[in-house]
Amino acid sequence: MVTALALERVTCTFPPRGDTPPYTAVAGATLAVQPGEFVCLVGPTGCGKSTLLNVAAGLTTAKEGQVSVFDQPLRGLNTEAGYMFQSDALFAWRTAFDNVAVGLEFRGVAPDEVQRRTSEWLRRVGLGGHQQKYPHELSGGMRKRVALAQMLIRDPKILLMDEPFSALDVQTRALMENELLNLWTQDRKSVLFVTHDLEEAIALADRVVVLSAGPAAGFVGEFKVELERPRDVAEIRLDPEFIRLYGEIWGCLREQVAKAYQQQLGA
Amino acid sequence: MHNRLLLRGSQIGLLAVLLLIWHGLTASEILPPFFFGRPLEVGARMVDWFVSGTIYPHLGVTLLETLLAFVIGTLLGLGVGLWLALNPFASVLCDPYIKAVNAMPRVILAPIFAVWFGLGIWSKVLLGVTIVFFIVFFSVYNGVRDVNPVVVANARMLGASKRQLLRHVYLPSATAWVFSSLHASVGMAFVGAVVGEYLGSARGIGYLIMQAEGVFDINTVLAGVLVLTLCALVLDKLVSMAEVRLLKWRPGAVGAET
Repeated sequence: MVTALALERVTCTFPPRGDTPPYTAVAGATLAVQPGEFVCLVGPTGCGKSTLLNVAAGLTTAKEGQVSVFDQPLRGLNTEAGYMFQSDALFAWRTAFDNVAVGLEFRGVAPDEVQRRTSEWLRRVGLGGHQQKYPHELSGGMRKRVALAQMLIRDPKILLMDEPFSALDVQTRALMENELLNLWTQDRKSVLFVTHDLEEAIALADRVVVLSAGPAAGFVGEFKVELERPRDVAEIRLDPEFIRLYGEIWGCLREQVAKAYQQQLGA
Repeated sequence: MHNRLLLRGSQIGLLAVLLLIWHGLTASEILPPFFFGRPLEVGARMVDWFVSGTIYPHLGVTLLETLLAFVIGTLLGLGVGLWLALNPFASVLCDPYIKAVNAMPRVILAPIFAVWFGLGIWSKVLLGVTIVFFIVFFSVYNGVRDVNPVVVANARMLGASKRQLLRHVYLPSATAWVFSSLHASVGMAFVGAVVGEYLGSARGIGYLIMQAEGVFDINTVLAGVLVLTLCALVLDKLVSMAEVRLLKWRPGAVGAET
């Protein structure tokens, strides 16, 4: 069977800068995401989750190890993947409509088709009435909707998401998570979703993997989430199976969080 | 609305008070009118210029020089700024020279330009260009290096080629920086034109000022200064209008009034 995204013994080292010695963020990390699978990557703050995601996107090159996309070794940017960033990555000088359309424009799609597909996507993420607004005129949740549509309109086979909803308030966040699950259920892309929020991870994922505290972080745990879909992220938190899983994964994660915290204090 | 009228009224009132003080001091000869001029005569001189039309050829030349310096300097600054900011090697290579040329007081180039390009408009335009260029260049150069790397990464993940990255990410980001520098460069373009004229020319407001100064006609000198100030204000207003149109995406930029 084809694997959508495979990281094999990936090691990432940042070169020394000034007085700081070289820093190995991730060492020998191996992970495979199957087609249609939703994988959440959790770990303590600063453990190299984002670094791994950047390696999968081809934005960062690994020092050692290999990345494969649909069994082909990755060279340069991962063109099969869409990326949703933690911080705001919209083009501030483009309206919501033009922000969503930009991926098709880069590809050279005919203007009337760009028009049609962009309107369609804006409607799907519930922004039909806000097409002509600039990012600064939109709320945080709306900007995330634009970013979601901007990524999905290009129909990438793999979605890489770096704590995309961490800046939102709790209610908006639950709404966006449901929205994401809803969109994902329609065509089941492969997802690698980074978060430090374990509840979010269990509510969304088919599988949760735990990354250890850095430096030289590696995977220390892997947990299948067999909760029924469709899920409602707000309600599923009360499910006994959810609570059992949470306890189990937290047992693994707690140790790493404590270790990371000790290092921060020491630094 | 009411507040705005009140503010405008007070601003005009302040001007009136200053003019009155000037008039009072020179009319009572506390300040010698020979050195400080008389506001009424300065005003009369300006009215005379515009009514008789003698000012227009001079004003036209000065404005043409200013606009040419402004446009050429801005385009060059934008182009070179973008190019150097996106080419680390070229930027490191040129860095000391750019710093040196920028540190040099460029007004002293005026005599050299006069020798090279004669007393026509181009020696003035070139002086203005050397001043405007660096203002725009530095803001674009720093602006491009300040472009949010996340936005660049996002554009790349969305399939932008190098060209598209330049056109759709770097150029729009740089526009904001260009405008912040344009307000400064409008005034400086005038400096280039007028200083150039002052040092050697047969036409222009700088020439009028120089002639009047030669015969100690302080009223005409001040009238020339005021005409230049008004022109610079109008140009600055035009830049603001273009800014509001082009940067309407920027928070707080919409309808910003100064």
